[in-house]
Amino acid sequence: MAATDVDIFSNEEKRNLSLGGHVGFDSLPDQLVSKSVTQGFCFNILCVGETGIGKSTLMNTLFNTMFENEEASHYQNGVCMRPRTYDLQESNVHLKLTIVDTVGFGDQINKEESYKPIVDYIDTQFENYLQEELKIKRSLFNYHDGRVHICLYFIAPTGHSLKSLDLVTMKKLDSKVNIIPIIAKADTISKSELHKFKIKIMSELVSNGVQIYQFPTDDHAVTEINSSMNAHLPFAVVGSVEEVKVGNKTVRARQYPWGVVQVENESHCDFVKLREMLIRVNMEDLREQTHARHYELYRRCKLEEMGFTDTDPDCQPFSLQETYEAKRKEFMGDLQKKEEEMRQMFVNKVKETEAELKEKERELHNKFEQLKHMHQEEKRKVEEKRRDLEEEMNAFNRRKVAAETLSLAQPLKKDKDKKK
Amino acid sequence: MFSVAVSPKEFLQLFFPEKQYVGFATLPNQVHRKSVKKGFDFTLMVAGESGMGKSTLVNSLFLTDLYKDRKLLNAEERINQTVEIIKHTVDIEEKGVKLKLTIVDTPGFGDAVNNNECWKPITDYIDQQFEQYFRDESGLNRKNIQDNRVHCCLYFIPPFGHGLRPVDVEFMKALHEKVNVVPLIAKADCLTPSEIKKLKDRVRDEIERFGIKVYQFPECDSDEDEEFKQLDKELKECCPFAVIGSNTVVEARGQRVRGRLYPWGIVEVENQSHCDFVKLRNILIRSHMHDLKDVTCDMHYENYRAQCIQDMTSKLTQDNRMESPIPMLPLPTPDVETDRLIKMKDEELARMQEMLNKMQQQIHDGKDQ
Repeated sequence: MAATDVDIFSNEEKRNLSLGGHVGFDSLPDQLVSKSVTQGFCFNILCVGETGIGKSTLMNTLFNTMFENEEASHYQNGVCMRPRTYDLQESNVHLKLTIVDTVGFGDQINKEESYKPIVDYIDTQFENYLQEELKIKRSLFNYHDGRVHICLYFIAPTGHSLKSLDLVTMKKLDSKVNIIPIIAKADTISKSELHKFKIKIMSELVSNGVQIYQFPTDDHAVTEINSSMNAHLPFAVVGSVEEVKVGNKTVRARQYPWGVVQVENESHCDFVKLREMLIRVNMEDLREQTHARHYELYRRCKLEEMGFTDTDPDCQPFSLQETYEAKRKEFMGDLQKKEEEMRQMFVNKVKETEAELKEKERELHNKFEQLKHMHQEEKRKVEEKRRDLEEEMNAFNRRKVAAETLSLAQPLKKDKDKKK
Repeated sequence: MFSVAVSPKEFLQLFFPEKQYVGFATLPNQVHRKSVKKGFDFTLMVAGESGMGKSTLVNSLFLTDLYKDRKLLNAEERINQTVEIIKHTVDIEEKGVKLKLTIVDTPGFGDAVNNNECWKPITDYIDQQFEQYFRDESGLNRKNIQDNRVHCCLYFIPPFGHGLRPVDVEFMKALHEKVNVVPLIAKADCLTPSEIKKLKDRVRDEIERFGIKVYQFPECDSDEDEEFKQLDKELKECCPFAVIGSNTVVEARGQRVRGRLYPWGIVEVENQSHCDFVKLRNILIRSHMHDLKDVTCDMHYENYRAQCIQDMTSKLTQDNRMESPIPMLPLPTPDVETDRLIKMKDEELARMQEMLNKMQQQIHDGKDQ
């Protein structure tokens, strides 16, 4: 009988080997790419900004399509999230784009609760993914990922600094989602004002510890462009879907009496930079960061909340078995206690009801006694009366008899008298 | 929600250069870039009796020499041989793509005189890797999870017989639901083409008859061109691949190739009319490596995980307790035991409620009187 001892050991450390020819695994990235293209991509954008600041127009401009949306009113009671999903296709790439709008942001008089619906929405998406991941039978590869990959924060072009609402909201969001701040309606700020404005915004963000998304500089293919773009944050954008003829070309622009602001002109605004960074260079990195950083953070907090730790007090890693055992004992104890409580409650209730019943019984009994007593009284009285009546009757009868005998004797005597 | 199909880039660039091009068509390139930067890993297991040519084949596949200074055992040392699991990990790079390749060797398989359950160490190893991954995945800190799960198992069938032997069948059946099994006919240079065909047909029939689920190459899409579909069909009919490996380079037809030199001729490893080595290499490395990993992750691992969780839940309900919050919060599939308990408790509650109601009614009636 072959003994089934298992000797599992890697008897050599990892080492580099040179290849004697072309093996062919350099096609691995291509295999991965073709698989992703077949699966399709998905991307979720969250737009946060005041009503009327140009969120929808910017989305239309970025993706070159008229996404349907009506103008929002300023009189919403609170902030509500409006997610819309679209299927886009470019050459052979399918993109499932979800744009989440914050309707009513910044309109209320008291804006203390404004950030809550946004944070709740982001958390709900994380929660859904977590639930899917924890299922027994899960299908993560065709799960529609709703987690927010990027939050475009629209800053009003006041020219001075961030608004208080902006600071508060961004601080609440920076640990949950990648934030790219952008200055909206940038055609109301001149170049010099813009320069000062950008510096002021960035310094405010830094001094308040708000972590916005930094374009990654560790991949040598994109280091240069990313690091130069990092210096241009926040992007000052202008959005437009109208087309204006400039020279001999027709471009998207805004026509003013004093000139034409061209959207895709880099000296007019940073729209091209934003599009480049957001879509053409770093889309995949945004998705990765969301999954690897923000989602993991959320997951860790959630699990810790539920009481699961990786290591016990002695810093020995818990085996799953021990965790299960501990949790199981705990829960069994809880369950037992609950059962006891319920039983106790039931017993008490029964006692109470019995006591009540007894009380009622006694009352009834008393009443009965009372009635009986009364009845007896009445009866006695009636008896008495009857006796009296009988006596009277007897007396009457006697007198009657007496009277009758007397009257019988009387008439003879009268006759005798008459004869004389 | 509506679909928008943007016209091809080239067409538009004629009329509106850069106008309607949004740019997310670069997503695949971004994915490509990131994956190259991250690198890949692959774990391959080879199993079969000693002397089937496993090490030679691995060397031939990856054009490198993994097995230096091996000590081969004599026959008497093998009588009571145990099955060992030995891992070799190497980092190889080709055209900027890094691959961390792990070969899991199983020396001793089928070598002892009594080979009862000799595959158990192998299944244990595979399960262990799954368990390790499961534990890592369920932990709080998932930054650097190492994926040691076995992605593919090459099983070497000896060419000297008439088909599958009992140990082959038992081994493949023990493993087919845990790992992608690719059966190979080893040392195919001892069979003539017609013998190979007969053996392949035989093996294919037996695989079907015994219900062994070997790795199926995914069907190609119906919109692929005819040539591709033809290739795909040929590939499927070639299974199991008859392979020859070689550690030596010989001169054949004016070129230096890997091959085996015999008095009667030269067997070239990479000659498609000599053996199926090239097909195997293409399938394993050039076209389906990623798919093998995906099937391992999405099917075998998920099955293991589901089974594991169900085992744990059923163990907990054995103590007559209703559902407990498993740390993984899965939706527990209700089993008979739990249902019965729940029903019992429900009935009890209903009875208590009825009694209470009756008493209430009595009090009420008593009041009315």
